[in-house]
Amino acid sequence: MEIFNYAFMQRAFVVGILLAMVIPCIGVVIVLKRLSMIGDALSHTSLAGVALGLILGVNPVLGAAFACIVAAFAIEGIRRKLPNYSEMSIAIIMSAGIGLAGVLSGFVKNSANFNSFLFGSIVAISNMEMFLVMGVSFVVLLLFFLLYKELFYLALDERSARLAGIPVKKVNFIFTILTAVTVSIAARTVGALIVSSMMVIPTACSMQFSKNYRQTVLYAVSFDVAFMIIGLFAAYYLGLKPGGTIVLVGVVSLLLIFIGKKLLGVKS
Amino acid sequence: MKAIEMTGLTFSYGGTSVLNGVNMTIPMGRFAALTGDNGAGKSTLIKILLGELPLTGETGSFKIFGTDYKQFRDWNEVGYVPQQGMASYKDFPASVEEIVTANLYSRIGLFRFAGKKEKELVLEALTQVGMQPYRKRLIGELSGGQQQRVLLARALVNQPKLLILDEPTTGVDEKNTDEFYRLLKQFNREYGVSVFMVTHDRKRLSGLVDEIWHLENGVMIQTQTKEAENGDI
Repeated sequence: MEIFNYAFMQRAFVVGILLAMVIPCIGVVIVLKRLSMIGDALSHTSLAGVALGLILGVNPVLGAAFACIVAAFAIEGIRRKLPNYSEMSIAIIMSAGIGLAGVLSGFVKNSANFNSFLFGSIVAISNMEMFLVMGVSFVVLLLFFLLYKELFYLALDERSARLAGIPVKKVNFIFTILTAVTVSIAARTVGALIVSSMMVIPTACSMQFSKNYRQTVLYAVSFDVAFMIIGLFAAYYLGLKPGGTIVLVGVVSLLLIFIGKKLLGVKS
Repeated sequence: MKAIEMTGLTFSYGGTSVLNGVNMTIPMGRFAALTGDNGAGKSTLIKILLGELPLTGETGSFKIFGTDYKQFRDWNEVGYVPQQGMASYKDFPASVEEIVTANLYSRIGLFRFAGKKEKELVLEALTQVGMQPYRKRLIGELSGGQQQRVLLARALVNQPKLLILDEPTTGVDEKNTDEFYRLLKQFNREYGVSVFMVTHDRKRLSGLVDEIWHLENGVMIQTQTKEAENGDI
């Protein structure tokens, strides 16, 4: 196929498929913890880190990772202080992140570079960035697998998980770091404004069919990989922006699933 | 040995006093119920019993199985059944089997998955509460009463010495409530599991529990014991 004759498209597929495997693993836990908007808050805050990185001459992905980690812990800290209004913590940090990104972006000399983080540039990533994504994906997938049952129980019922002996604070700490790192890496490739939809939409699709948690994770990963492949093909052959196309493929699929279930009379 | 022993325990949020010198002793193997109006301090008491609230700066003592709560580590010996499982788990994509297995964490250990022995324990716990045929079903597909029985199996899978239940039959119909109470009584009588249940359901307590405690404005009163009811004291 012509599309695979280009090295940049080969890299796009490798990185895209890896991210499509990693992002839903984090996304399933986030959705089940009822913190779907956390991806949005972190990705918006990552833009502040990107801007800071570009201003200081540091790799913007590292800046994004730093900003995401700080933001993730700030959200967790506020959530613990206001447990009955946990969604407020996300709104506060998202506002702070957007505000900071807006102010700092005014000092960035090369605005095209900054803008590439908004909608991502999966077809313009370098070999080094591809290896970075490969390394991070491996670590995130490994830790997700090792902490599979702990993350499941924490998402289900934090109180019972603690009574069962799960080191709740430590597992939450690790998961916060994993989320922050995944979002910052994904921001560069699929776009800061798009990454949270890659967490939520495949999970929503998966939950329409799954009969247990294991299936939910496996189906969410399968959906996201399919969205990524279809999105990249569509973007290449139709001349569309890849980040947005991938998300739109997911949204349309979810709508089709809802309509299909409605027509077939299947209960959600 | 006492399952729960509170002596002169106080607790306050900020400057607001919630528990005022609570004295309560539940011997091992007893079935105790706690009643009280909303805002009486029942939820605070449950949080203290589950070790969630630090008692620094408070007076009195709280022991669980004879050990001061600060030194107590064997939380898997305490089974917990929350209130309104149905509302929290309605859309959660987990099977009955997965939910019960999750509670075997301390037995399975970090970075490991459930083996044959653990699967047998899960099956046994589900059989005990009559939910074995539903083990592959999504928790959200079950009725409120069935969900509460699953949560009871989850608590029992670790063979706890003490079972703490927080208004377990809220929102459950009468038939399923009766069945749930029958199971609780069976585990209490046959396996000697101590039970401490917070409930509003006073009318069903007679003949079910060994003692009833009542919390009012942070003050605990023992209102009824099986021995007094039988005329033994």
